Amino acid sequence: MTVDELEQIAETEKESCRKCPNHLHVCVAAGCISSQSQQVKEALEAEIKAKGLEGQCHVKGVGCMGLCAAGPLVSLPAKNVMYQGVKPQDAADIIDGVKADKPVKRLDCPTDVPFFTRQKKIVLENCGAIDPERIEEYIAADGYAALHKALTGMTRPEVIEQVSRSGLRGRGGAGFPTGLKWSMVAKANAPTKYVICNADEGDPGAFMDRSVLESDPHRVLEGMAIAAYAIGASYGYIYVRSEYPLAVQRLKVAIRQADKIGLLGNNIFGTPFSFKIDIRLGAGAFVCGEETALIASIAGQRGQPRPRPPFPAESGLWGAPTLINNVETFANIAPILRNGGNWYAGIGTEKSKGTKTFALAGKVNNTGLIEIPMGITLREIIFDIGGGIPDGKKFKAVQTGGPSGGCIPEQFLDMPVDYDSLAKVGSIMGSGGMIIMDETSSMVDVARFFMEFCMSESCGKCVPCRAGTVQMHDLLKKIIARKATQRDVQLLEELCDMVKSTSLCGLGQTAPNPVLSTMRYFRKEYADLLQPDDSTAEPVAAGAKETVP
Amino acid sequence: MNAPPKQMAMPSADKRWRIVDATMRRHGYVGNCLIEALHTAQECFGYLDEPALRFVAGSLHLPLSKVFGVATFYHHFMLKPQGKHTCVVCLGTACYIKGANELLEKLEQKYGVAAGETTRDGALSVLTARCLGSCGLAPAAVLDGTVLGKVASGDLLSRVEKQVTHDS
Repeated sequence: MTVDELEQIAETEKESCRKCPNHLHVCVAAGCISSQSQQVKEALEAEIKAKGLEGQCHVKGVGCMGLCAAGPLVSLPAKNVMYQGVKPQDAADIIDGVKADKPVKRLDCPTDVPFFTRQKKIVLENCGAIDPERIEEYIAADGYAALHKALTGMTRPEVIEQVSRSGLRGRGGAGFPTGLKWSMVAKANAPTKYVICNADEGDPGAFMDRSVLESDPHRVLEGMAIAAYAIGASYGYIYVRSEYPLAVQRLKVAIRQADKIGLLGNNIFGTPFSFKIDIRLGAGAFVCGEETALIASIAGQRGQPRPRPPFPAESGLWGAPTLINNVETFANIAPILRNGGNWYAGIGTEKSKGTKTFALAGKVNNTGLIEIPMGITLREIIFDIGGGIPDGKKFKAVQTGGPSGGCIPEQFLDMPVDYDSLAKVGSIMGSGGMIIMDETSSMVDVARFFMEFCMSESCGKCVPCRAGTVQMHDLLKKIIARKATQRDVQLLEELCDMVKSTSLCGLGQTAPNPVLSTMRYFRKEYADLLQPDDSTAEPVAAGAKETVP
Repeated sequence: MNAPPKQMAMPSADKRWRIVDATMRRHGYVGNCLIEALHTAQECFGYLDEPALRFVAGSLHLPLSKVFGVATFYHHFMLKPQGKHTCVVCLGTACYIKGANELLEKLEQKYGVAAGETTRDGALSVLTARCLGSCGLAPAAVLDGTVLGKVASGDLLSRVEKQVTHDS
């Protein structure tokens, strides 16, 4: 593959695109497929054939358009029209509308609303625009140009320099500076190194990575290839959840296509750089999102973490220095190299640069996938982009960071969304799940829900997490059953502190977060469920304690 | 020089064993493809029984205890056969907030099974998922591979019943 050939593919694709005046985009990501978008696509195709409009109208399946709540979505980008809740029987009307150049009013989904206008798309720029199963469309959208630029025009330190300058931080949740991570692996002196893409999106309520993989898989492959070049690796793995069959299938197609035209494999763009990617399936273990557990799982072991150091950057997969980044982090790389690190650093806040994708879900009108510049407020996300709370209910809390995060109450709605502000109020950025709760949700029950999750997902290696999560869950159950007293709440707080400080990995260290944050902001809900203290038992117990030396 | 490892004999003439064997052969029968092999075996047979675990252990030269350990560690692997029909209720956060636990309770009550179990006649397995990633459609359930979004409990029960009674 040469750059001329790459441009040739892009030109041919753009030319064939120009020939056909009307492109109908049908969302074929998992959300819309669940609402029968595949049948809609087939009905539209059949309708075009029946009306003999093959040359003028073309239907293509594209990735996620974002507004999953209104699916299946169909769009006509040339006319700036979007249709929502489309059924196969609407196909005739839609095609007639295209022919007569008159949009179908009853299906109209306005695109000039904040949900679309307030977003800034970098990671998701191709989602909903290109067919994820055709590499030609990705190339026509400037795909693999950044890889070419890196391989033929930049040295390895220069690539890392651009990534560092961009200020990009790990999008998996912890927010470690990506450029720094890359330079650590690049510095390690070893004949073999690996690049791993963490696509084990285990947070319940998060589907950003899945949408990126399903909608724009080549973007992730390109990011991985650039990373491999920068750190000196020639082999990469994508560790993806087996619960995402569509994402796995599209990744397989993408890898095969890139292999076939020489964008993966040996001597890419005629340079000495070679890079191969293999897929490894997860098997349903939340803890495998932790990097050392993930490495164990790739090696066919139980997904149990190990103490760090050594960090994977020194000794990871099969003892070799290993770079692990999340899907969204890799998806940011190509645009950063294309436009320069300074461009990316110009977006966002001082310490959190760029954009972040979120999966909006729960009690909010516009559930779906969004991408916003760092630093906009929670209120803007929930009430402008998200369209507020349905059924006239009152907002109560927003949960970020899944089982490792916390619940943020109303008083912080005007807080900017960035890594540090979220940490300050007891939550975390996390991978991007954002669950909105209204006044009907019980916060104690939410805390119990997450604790149950951590309890069943604890790998069992270290005692604080294995035993502590069970005890905390029992206490929360007792509180909800109205059988607990103030002493149980005290015990729960002590346990939270113990599990947080003594667990081996991130799962245990963050498992108490949902409990701690709900206790901090919704203390009254706990208090309302408590029984009065047994006044006779208390002094005895306290006295007994004092006599112990 | 190590002698080439002896090929494990297939447990039966069932052609599906060859598919499992092909996965392991593709990885050169190395132990680190254990999870891939278990995935293939479960895809072929629907669950992992003892002959399957023994076959994989023997082919990859791993102790059976290790194979069993890995198979039981991951939620995805099933060691018991599933019912003729399966209904998976998503218990992700978004679905939970929108009442997925009620869906599950109603199902459990009606069929007299707990989550993860199969009815005695083997007609229906009631399962739960951590998150299907269809949070925009919460609460969601998967009935025999079809995702049902924004599903009410009465609606789910009648659809499950239709599916189960359909072939009896």
